[in-house]
Amino acid sequence: MPARRELARGDYLSILGTRVLRTEDPKFLTTGGVYTDDVVDDRLAGACHVFFVRSPLAHATVSGIDVSAALEAPGVIAAFTGADLADLPAIPPSAAGLINTEMTQRLLATDKVRYVGEPVAVVVTELAYQGEDALELVAVDYDPLPAALGFDPGDSSLLFEAAGTNVAGYWGDPASLRPDLFEGCETVVSHTIVNQRVAPAPMETRAAAAVWGADGRLTTWIPNQGAQGTRDDLVKLLSLEPGQVRVITPDVGGAFGAKFGADPEHAVVAWVARRVGRPARWSETRYENLIGMTHGRAQQHTVTIGGSRDGNIQAYRLEIVQDAGAYPKIGAVLPMLTILMTTGPYDIPSAEAIAKVVVTNTTPIGAYRGAGRPEATAAIERAIDLFAAEIGVDPADVRRKNLLPKFTEPHRTKFGALYDTGDYVAALDAALEAAGYAELRAEQAARRASGDVRQLGIGVSSYVEITGMGDGEGTPPSENATVEVFADGTATILTGTSPHGQGHATAWAMLASEELGIPVEKITLQWGDTDLIPEGGGTGGSRSLQQGGAAVQQASRELIEIARERAAAELEANPADLVYDTSRSAFAVAGDPEASVPLTKLAEGERLLVRTVFSQPGATFPFGTHVAVAEVDIETGKPTLTRMITVDDAGTILNPLLAEGQRHGGIGQGAAQAFLEEVVYDDDGNPLTTSFADYPIISATEVPSYELAEMQTPTSYNPLGAKGIGEAGSIGSTPAVQNAIVDAVAHLGVRHIDMPATSRRVWEALRAARQGSEHR
Amino acid sequence: MTRIELTVNGDKRSDEVEPRLLLVHYLRETCGLRAANVGCDTTSCGACTVLLDGRSVKSCTVLAVQAAGQDVVTSEGLSADGELHPVQAAFRLNHGLQCGFCTPGMVMAAVGLLAENPHPTEEEVRAGLEGNLCRCTGYHNIIRAVLAAADTQAEVQA
Repeated sequence: MPARRELARGDYLSILGTRVLRTEDPKFLTTGGVYTDDVVDDRLAGACHVFFVRSPLAHATVSGIDVSAALEAPGVIAAFTGADLADLPAIPPSAAGLINTEMTQRLLATDKVRYVGEPVAVVVTELAYQGEDALELVAVDYDPLPAALGFDPGDSSLLFEAAGTNVAGYWGDPASLRPDLFEGCETVVSHTIVNQRVAPAPMETRAAAAVWGADGRLTTWIPNQGAQGTRDDLVKLLSLEPGQVRVITPDVGGAFGAKFGADPEHAVVAWVARRVGRPARWSETRYENLIGMTHGRAQQHTVTIGGSRDGNIQAYRLEIVQDAGAYPKIGAVLPMLTILMTTGPYDIPSAEAIAKVVVTNTTPIGAYRGAGRPEATAAIERAIDLFAAEIGVDPADVRRKNLLPKFTEPHRTKFGALYDTGDYVAALDAALEAAGYAELRAEQAARRASGDVRQLGIGVSSYVEITGMGDGEGTPPSENATVEVFADGTATILTGTSPHGQGHATAWAMLASEELGIPVEKITLQWGDTDLIPEGGGTGGSRSLQQGGAAVQQASRELIEIARERAAAELEANPADLVYDTSRSAFAVAGDPEASVPLTKLAEGERLLVRTVFSQPGATFPFGTHVAVAEVDIETGKPTLTRMITVDDAGTILNPLLAEGQRHGGIGQGAAQAFLEEVVYDDDGNPLTTSFADYPIISATEVPSYELAEMQTPTSYNPLGAKGIGEAGSIGSTPAVQNAIVDAVAHLGVRHIDMPATSRRVWEALRAARQGSEHR
Repeated sequence: MTRIELTVNGDKRSDEVEPRLLLVHYLRETCGLRAANVGCDTTSCGACTVLLDGRSVKSCTVLAVQAAGQDVVTSEGLSADGELHPVQAAFRLNHGLQCGFCTPGMVMAAVGLLAENPHPTEEEVRAGLEGNLCRCTGYHNIIRAVLAAADTQAEVQA
């Protein structure tokens, strides 16, 4: 399959692979997106405002809640506690059964609070300002308990007494680890590495608007990544019938994995609306967002890597501890993905991985851009650099020596992943060449020789990741699309994906335009209304184009076939003799272009529409290599990221403008984890990063412009040749930047610096190295 | 309640407001101009940036009463007749926006920056926009958009 279709039929130039500007932009740039807090709708007239009273303590029993003073405050309509919601079921943990079933959550905490920020009560007011005032009047009696924190929280202070342990579960059997795994290795290096807790921090915080109709149905507007999954969550959380809930997704101001499904707060807002008998709205503050929205990562890795002194890696072990936070949500399950991707793009003869999941008195962990895969990449990419440093071989050479050779037939790894295609060495070499790797090493050597205050570090990270997963190999990943053409020459697409910045309105229109010949500007995309589109998998796991986009193409092609039958009747011709000319959106009889009928005419009577489902054989595995260049001031420890060069092979690119945007965003977010961002708690479980003044979210001054090198290896799993691109940037960049910062000071005796490699951490590592106690 | 008179996007207005009402809430709730967004509690994110007498300010940190007698411009009022302002056009040409939440504030901050420094270097653009956070773009295309807008001809990089 060619990397890109340059020409299609006749003189019509293919739109695929071109830099089509986003059709959604004019609105965003002028009147702005309509986010949940912006929604003006008659059904929401007279809405009350919901405010959450949140626990100020990490761990405590709740002996009483008194809302009487709050009820007396101006504008307060009602106040509710967990007791009012007692008839609703407890929320089970993710993967209940594999994860301890006793670790359940209530929509509002009742007997106990388990993290700072856990909702314990709500105050409902006429005006938003009044709620902020009234919140402080709710008196909760807390009896503090010791906080269980960190990767080894122990069992002395149990979050869930009924569970009898703070271990939520295991992925893999610790007893299965082979004591002889590293036998025969000339060199073995082991290190414990923290993949720290970070905040997704979408610019739009969480919100909801909810109203119940006279028919007993709930309509709720929620910023989310998939209306259908959000609806299903609400049905469970509120014990409703599936047909009772309509979720509408307004514009969504970023999500990054943290807006999948419905959170307890979304359910409570809906419950309040029914209870008080009027519409209800909620919009959280950034403070609430940083303690209430799920966090990401929070894994500890003990890596052990062994091989020959000339750089052949023979064995690798990854022991994971996942801090799931106070309630085991999807974060408790993500180590499965980390294990699946343990060896990444490398061919390692012996490898094993296990994970232990613990609960702690912190905000629950959810999916965050990459979700399980960045952790696997970070672990092995640090391990390889540790191994390379130990044997004194260039880390790029160690990678090249151990990467899987190019393959075109699917490759099954020891951990069960089925990689669709791969050319990892080519990606590595392309990135090194674009970076000018040899010159960089020469510059580094010169600075080392001269004792420059600003030392240079070069970090390399090769990755492969998994995108577009289904629910296991028995159920192929799929998505639906509906395409309808109207007599006025416009078309509408309904999709089960859920864009929140990715540009589906433009990209899906390009795919339909290519088949139908209707201009992109005349094609409208609709998503995120469960009454309009009852089924859909939403947007996450970098699945949208390869399944949702492919479904749009398939629906458009099927529509042409339906139209062909109608055209044949219209022209009194054999359908097989008709040619569809996209340049004028008309069918013509082959050899007689005068005998033609436009597509619009065929939509005048019966509706011209197709709904279809596209399925692909399995997940796809994009890959690439990132090279980071960092300067470190060895007097202050301050790291500066000066260059980021990346190869991200996501198969055939539909719209380079959009694909590059996804890469840029991922690179920036991944780099931020390497040297800036971390959610920090004190020893009592108090969060210390509860605003953007304290949480060092990345800004424009902390990153360079990025240098993107191109590589496209199409997948055969969908006709677009497309793999996922949404998360790759954040998977490759984190270890590249971390490796670069360590590399800058490696000659001074530093072997490892945990993330975020801040000025202070770098300075401490340098001091420790100088003091002779090698920092490793 | 206090009466304020001011100009918003060229329209003269006179409104009764609570003294503690923030300018961003005045714009969103009283004027119905919802492009400016609230993204934080600490004047850190800049999603609410508007022009006040030609200078960019974070409207979450200005009281509506402080804007009395002044000229407020939001991203709704930046362009006329449905045409994009050159900065808005440059953001579109360079794909300087994804989810759009930071965008109205980012555009207004860029307009304010270019008013003060019409021909900034990349470093000056980055420093000038440090107070405007974006979680989607990694800033790359935002910087390119502002540099392109600084040149009169904003063009998509080949």
